[in-house]
Amino acid sequence: MASNLDQIFILLRNWLVGFLPTAFRPAAGVLLGVVAIVCVFPGLFALTTVFERKGLGRMQNRLGPNRVGPFGFFQPIADGIKSLTKEDVVPFTANAVVHFLAPLVLVVTVFMGFAVLPMGRNMALVDMDSGLLFFFAMGAATELSVFMAGWSSRNKYSLLGAMRAVAQMISYEVVLLLSAVSVVMISGSLSLPAIVAAQNQYSGIFPHWYVFTPWGFASCVMFGIAATAETNRSPFDLPEGESELVAGYHTEYSGFKFALFFLGEYLAMFSISGLGTALFLGGWSAPFSFLSVVPSWFWFFAKVMTAIFVFIWMRGTLPRLRQDQLMNFAWKFVLPFTLLDLLDTALWRFLGEGWQRWVFCTAILLVAYVAMSRIGFRRQHIGPRSYRYAD
Amino acid sequence: MLGEGIVKGMLETAKNFAGSFVSEERLTTVEYPEQRIPTAEAARVFPFLVYDGPDWEAGLRCVACQICEKECPPKCIYIDKSKDKKPDYVGKMQIYPARFDIDISVCMSCQICVEVCPFEAIKMDTQFELATDDRFGGLLLDCHELAKSNEYYHQIHPTEASEVDARLAEEKAKVEAKNKAAAAAAAAKAAADAAAKAAAPAAEAGVKPAAPSTAPANAPAAVAESMPAPIAPKPPVPKSSEEGGE
Repeated sequence: MASNLDQIFILLRNWLVGFLPTAFRPAAGVLLGVVAIVCVFPGLFALTTVFERKGLGRMQNRLGPNRVGPFGFFQPIADGIKSLTKEDVVPFTANAVVHFLAPLVLVVTVFMGFAVLPMGRNMALVDMDSGLLFFFAMGAATELSVFMAGWSSRNKYSLLGAMRAVAQMISYEVVLLLSAVSVVMISGSLSLPAIVAAQNQYSGIFPHWYVFTPWGFASCVMFGIAATAETNRSPFDLPEGESELVAGYHTEYSGFKFALFFLGEYLAMFSISGLGTALFLGGWSAPFSFLSVVPSWFWFFAKVMTAIFVFIWMRGTLPRLRQDQLMNFAWKFVLPFTLLDLLDTALWRFLGEGWQRWVFCTAILLVAYVAMSRIGFRRQHIGPRSYRYAD
Repeated sequence: MLGEGIVKGMLETAKNFAGSFVSEERLTTVEYPEQRIPTAEAARVFPFLVYDGPDWEAGLRCVACQICEKECPPKCIYIDKSKDKKPDYVGKMQIYPARFDIDISVCMSCQICVEVCPFEAIKMDTQFELATDDRFGGLLLDCHELAKSNEYYHQIHPTEASEVDARLAEEKAKVEAKNKAAAAAAAAKAAADAAAKAAAPAAEAGVKPAAPSTAPANAPAAVAESMPAPIAPKPPVPKSSEEGGE
C-alpha cells in the first residue's frame, strides 16, 4: 500500500499511457510528465507568492495580504488577472524580436532544468547519466535571457541591471559548480537519481545525507549562497534593485511578459532548491528511517518548500549588498573557501572510514573559516578624508 | 566572526515571525477600513471653513477678505465677495463669501491660508478619505462642503480650538468694552449737553459759568475707558442706557 502511494504518479502515468498503441507510449509518457511539471510548479509559484508576502509581513510584524478570498489565498488569482489585462508596452526603440523572446527564453530554460530533477523514487522525467551537467547548462542559459531583456529594451537602467546580473551570475556560477563538484567527487556520478540513491542509506535512524558531513555542510552553505545569487534573490538582488535601477533588466516589461519574468525567477528558485535538495539534503529520502513509509515525493516537496522558506527568511532579514561587496564576497571568500572544500572532500574520500576523517575535515574547515573571516573581513579604519591642495 | 550578524538578524526576524502569531500587540498595523488609528492632533490634510452656531450660512466666520486667496502658493482658493452684508460674531456688519471654492487637487496642505487668516475662519481638516471618481468636480469643494462647525473643530483639534475660542472671546470682550466706552461717552456727552442746556438760562447772564459745565462732561469719558471702578457712582445712568442699546 505504502509503495503504491509512493509510486502513485508513475502508476497513474502508466495506466493512462496504456490506452495508447505501444509505439506512442514512451513519447506520451514523457509528454504527461512535462504537462505535470508545467502545471505543478506554476501552481506552487502562485502559492509561494502569497505565502512569501504573508511571511514577510509577519517578519515585519504585519499581517500581510488577507483581503482576496479566505486569508488572502486568492491573491495570486487577482494578480494574474491584473497582469493579463494590463497593456503590453514595447518601447518604440526596443528591438522588438529580442524583447519578445527574452521572457520566453527565461521560462523555457528554467523549465528544462526540471527535466532531470528526481522528485521522488523513479520520478525523474529523464534519468540522464549527466543530469547535473544538463542542469547547469540550462541554468547558464538564463543569463542569456537576462542580457537579452536588458539589451533589447534600449534603456540605461535595463542595460545596467542586465550587466550587473551577468557579472553576478558568472561570478557565482563558478561557486555553484565547484560546490556541486564535491558531491560528484564522493558519489562518483553526475546522475541526480544516482546521487540521491547514494544518500538514501541509514545508520540507525539517521540518514547519510551529505549535509551531515563537514565538507557537505560547507559546500551546502556555499551552494545556498551561490543559489541565492544565481536566482537574483535578496540580499543579492542588485540586478533588479528598485531603489537604484527602477526594476533592472525588466524595467521595460509590463503585463504578461513581466509576469513571465516573475514566474521565471520563482521557477529558478524552485529548480535550484530542488537541485540543492538532491545534492545535499538527500533528495526524496526521508529524514529518519522510520519515516520512509511517507511517500518519497512528499519529502522532496517538503524539502524544496523548506529551502524556499529559507530564501524568504533571508529576504526578510538582509539588506541588499553593494556591487563591490558582492564581488568581493564572491571572489575573496566564497570561491577560495569552496576550493578548500574540494581539498577537504578529497581528504574525506581517501582518509577511509573512522573518526580521523571527521576530526581532520572539520578542523581544516573551521580553521580556514576563522582565519578567512579574521583576515579577509578585517574592518578597515579609514580616517577622515584629507585634502592635499584644497583647505 | 563572519556571519555572526546574519545569524543575529535571522533570529530577530524569526522571533517576529513567530511572535506575530502569538501576541497581538506586536502587530504595528491595523486592518484599515474596519479599524482605525485615531489621527494625531496635529494632523492636517486640507483646509475647511469654521462656522459658529447651528446655521452654517449665518455662522460662517469668513468675511471674504481674500487674504488667503492671495497668499495661497498654488492658487487653489477661489472667492467671490457678496454684494450685501451680514452681521459677524461680534455683531458688526460684514460682507461674506458668495462663493468660496478650494480645489483640493491643487492644494498642497501648506497651511498658509490658516496662518494668514485674521478671522480664524479657515482651519486644517483631518479628513483624508476624499477619493472620488470625478476628478474635476469632485475635487473642487464649494462653500457648503467646506463649512464645518466649531464643535467639529473642537473635536479634531481640541487644544488649538480652545485657544482660538479664548482669543475670539477676548477680542469680543475688547470690542464690547470699546462699544460700552463709546456708549458711555455718548451718554455722558448727552448728559453734559442736557446739563448745559439746563444751565443755559444761568449762562445767559454771563459767559463764565459755561466753562465748569464742559470740564466735567469730558472727564468721565476719558476715565471710563481706563478705570471705570473709581467713578462708580456716576455711570449708573449711561449703563442702563447702554444695556438697552445692546
